[in-house]
Amino acid sequence: MSSTLSRRGFLATAVAAAAVAPLAAPSIARAQGAARLLVVGGGFGGASAARFARIAYPWLEVTLVEPQRSFVTCPYGNLVLGGERKMADITHSFDALRARGVNVVHDWVEGIDPVAKTARLRGGATLGYDRMILSPGIALRWGAIEGYDEAASALLPHAWVPGDGTQTSLLRRQLEAMDDGGVVGLAIPGNPFRCPPGPYERISMIAHYLKRHKPKSKILALDAKDAFSKQGLFQDGWKQLYGDMIEWVPLSKDGKVVRVDAASRTLETEFGVKHQVAVANIIPPQSAARIAIAAGLADNSGWVPVNPRSFESRAAPGIHVVGDANNGAPMPKSGFIANNTAKQAVASAAALLRGETPPEAVYFNTCYSHVGEEYGISIVGIFRPTDTAIVEVPNSGGVSPRGDLPDQRRAEAAYADAWYASITQDAWG
Amino acid sequence: MRPAVLGLALALAFPAAAAAQAPLAAQGCLGCHGATGAGSAAIPGLSGRPAAELSAAMLAFRANERPGPIMGRIARGYTDAEIAAMAAHFAALPAGGSR
Repeated sequence: MSSTLSRRGFLATAVAAAAVAPLAAPSIARAQGAARLLVVGGGFGGASAARFARIAYPWLEVTLVEPQRSFVTCPYGNLVLGGERKMADITHSFDALRARGVNVVHDWVEGIDPVAKTARLRGGATLGYDRMILSPGIALRWGAIEGYDEAASALLPHAWVPGDGTQTSLLRRQLEAMDDGGVVGLAIPGNPFRCPPGPYERISMIAHYLKRHKPKSKILALDAKDAFSKQGLFQDGWKQLYGDMIEWVPLSKDGKVVRVDAASRTLETEFGVKHQVAVANIIPPQSAARIAIAAGLADNSGWVPVNPRSFESRAAPGIHVVGDANNGAPMPKSGFIANNTAKQAVASAAALLRGETPPEAVYFNTCYSHVGEEYGISIVGIFRPTDTAIVEVPNSGGVSPRGDLPDQRRAEAAYADAWYASITQDAWG
Repeated sequence: MRPAVLGLALALAFPAAAAAQAPLAAQGCLGCHGATGAGSAAIPGLSGRPAAELSAAMLAFRANERPGPIMGRIARGYTDAEIAAMAAHFAALPAGGSR
């Protein structure tokens, strides 16, 4: 290019050339060395990032590394437990992302070198990148509840990291095999954890199943905290739909499970009360996934501090960490936030690759929960970044209104179904 | 060519891509209103509707002048400029969505 050509003149020429032959641009980019976006993790954050990158920034070469051949979602897993959905309904193929030009690699990332900008795969390959979107999800903190390790989870499922679906299917089978009159025990962690309303939707959907098929049964929910998301709405709905089937025990009433005995399905609380149950669902304390910790990205909290505008790791420039692994408080660790912030992270990565400033950001979340089949509730949040934090927009968002509002509940149950169809399309479609 | 200039040139070479980037605020709508903005089951579509209609609906939800199970809570989080940008974005998409 002539050094005397003005920037404006160059741009006009580029636009004119593009108008004539827009398809030539990718080959120009490759000739120059197209920027490589490496997405690690194929869940709501990673899949959304890969899809959005291909649509909005076609000059990016996008590779997605995800061990599972198809992705089982956490959202709507509770409806599988309630008998309202099948595993196939919550399982998503990566074929559509491949058709969009994403290079999907089914492997584990074993190590990340943020200086050399490489990721080492279990299968032996090493992938280079110009920017990484890291959306690895969570790790369960085995041993944080004494006696609860990976082996114990084969008897007392967590069903909180779906993997290939085994855990959700196992809990469903245990509920189906339980005698009428049995007690289903849940251990629920303190904050922060993946999907704040999730345990309470799970209680609801288990109650929904039991009410129909095993109405003499009970649910004992042992909680390591004293308050939870959408609490008033959930408790109103439990009373209305399930009577006295559900007993929720908060931290202050000795609700914190500190020890389990998997063989006898016994949950022991802080003050030594032992609850033997017919089926136990243990949702243990969590941290960012192991790869984020191994790469040195997490702080002492176990979660990854990030720039609130770009989601770039504070510890490792060039790596944008989205989804449940980051410390995005006060935003919840939800699929919606993972989807929404992944787009900001990709836009920021693209801007930084061009030497530009990341775009203005606004983050949006809605979490619907099913209390019953036609009984939905929601929480909405709109958030904005400052230089150092993420702040919820005052006087916005919040939870569904309380009261006897059957039309509201029916509408939100239908909206929840529409949300699931929509957001899974926006991630894997 | 400097990377910034290359990137800008490439962005300009893809008008649809540039449009998709512009209002990131509008991306939040897609979680429920369909990945193409075309709607999803019980949730109505946005794409291809006049910008004035979309803006007016959001402003009415925000002012608590239009009832709805959830949109009032959502609209109160956005500025006039963001609502205008969202409306323009969806109005410019073909009805029934794209991609």
